[in-house]
Amino acid sequence: MTSTVAAAGGQYAQAKHIVGPLMAFNVGLFLVMAYTMLEAANAITIGFLLDTVAGMQGHTGLHQQPFIVLCVMFLAWLNYRGVLATLTFNLVITAIAFMAIIALFLAVQFGVSSVPLDFSAVTTDPMPYGWIGILASLHFGLWYYLGIEGTCQAAEEVRSPARSLPYGTMAGIMTLLIAATMTWYVCSGLIPWEYLGQAGTPLFDAARVTGNRGLMVLLFIGTMFSTLASANGCINDASRAWFSMGRDRYLPIWFGAVHPVYRTPYRSIIFLVPIALIFALGAPLDQVVTFSILSGLLGYTFMTFNMVMFRRKWPLDTIKRGYVHPMHPLPTIVLLILCATAYVAVFLGYGTQLIAMVSFYIIASLWFHFRRYRFVRRGDQFTMPWPRPEGY
Amino acid sequence: MDIWTVLEYAAWALSAVFALLMLSDMVRIDTTYDNDLLTSSREGEIEAAAERHTL
Repeated sequence: MTSTVAAAGGQYAQAKHIVGPLMAFNVGLFLVMAYTMLEAANAITIGFLLDTVAGMQGHTGLHQQPFIVLCVMFLAWLNYRGVLATLTFNLVITAIAFMAIIALFLAVQFGVSSVPLDFSAVTTDPMPYGWIGILASLHFGLWYYLGIEGTCQAAEEVRSPARSLPYGTMAGIMTLLIAATMTWYVCSGLIPWEYLGQAGTPLFDAARVTGNRGLMVLLFIGTMFSTLASANGCINDASRAWFSMGRDRYLPIWFGAVHPVYRTPYRSIIFLVPIALIFALGAPLDQVVTFSILSGLLGYTFMTFNMVMFRRKWPLDTIKRGYVHPMHPLPTIVLLILCATAYVAVFLGYGTQLIAMVSFYIIASLWFHFRRYRFVRRGDQFTMPWPRPEGY
Repeated sequence: MDIWTVLEYAAWALSAVFALLMLSDMVRIDTTYDNDLLTSSREGEIEAAAERHTL
């Protein structure tokens, strides 16, 4: 769908064309909330990391707020100044972070660490909380992958969306799978799981356990850069989703402005800064993560029936696709099962937040239906040069 | 005053600078350009151009 509906807004634009306006409005909100809170979580992590390092140097009581604010402000400014600089910066710092993880992995493998890898917990007591423990952690597992689907937000800023978007998505998934697997392997081998479950900066903590000063510096930089890159991408994605809704008048048209020089959705970028700061400065990390993944989870659930409707309304060979998903509908069914299980997990652990979030989207939907939809340009919002869907 | 206290003040100052840069530029753009021009982008412009392009 991403390679075929190549427009800023990503899943929002897909929902608009495939399901309908109310779904699109909700999906747009899912994207903005998921990414903005992920950005806030990244800023919190940077503050926490600096606090840890300051504590190691004997400075107690570091004020994290200025560093959190600086992180959000700097990245918002970078996004404001243009997408090429923003995403090039992202590519460079992600590459450095990726190399830091590989360096840690290799160093540990070749005996640089003063503490050897120890996986005895896996053999002696593999599931201390049983299956309920796995269920309870499932939504954090899904959150690990949040943002990959954001590749499509760059659709209107790349030369060939149909080619670039599948390529970018797959490159992102490969980077993530390699880096995440090495992170889990090294961290669970060096750090006791009782501590790892509470760790805010596990890679840096793993480097500390090795006792190697060079690795500590490297993983400090790696953790800083990976969180900065994540936050940077989130600003890019959230602002484009917000901008797209403004452009279609799902929100005030004021948000649909493009900077005449930098070609960025500058009003949307600035508008989302205080929202990110409210969450980054006012909420604990696990709550922010939970709100982020709840919105992401709702978005992933939407993708399942969106995919089915897409194939039914426009069967293969009726429109030009950049990429054809193999084994349909098996991936969709797997995703739906994962989402359903994650809802159970979230309800068990964060039931209040789940109900609050769903209530928020219901109220927002009512507002859109009764008050906002009258302003939407109903014909103009459908922009894909596609034939009439099957059955219409 | 140790280095971390200096860094805290520097972070506040830099945050203010970035905020001012964005806000001043937004005010300048909004007062210089017509709003209809700023909001004139259309979804799918690239797709439409690709459709017309023939080799």
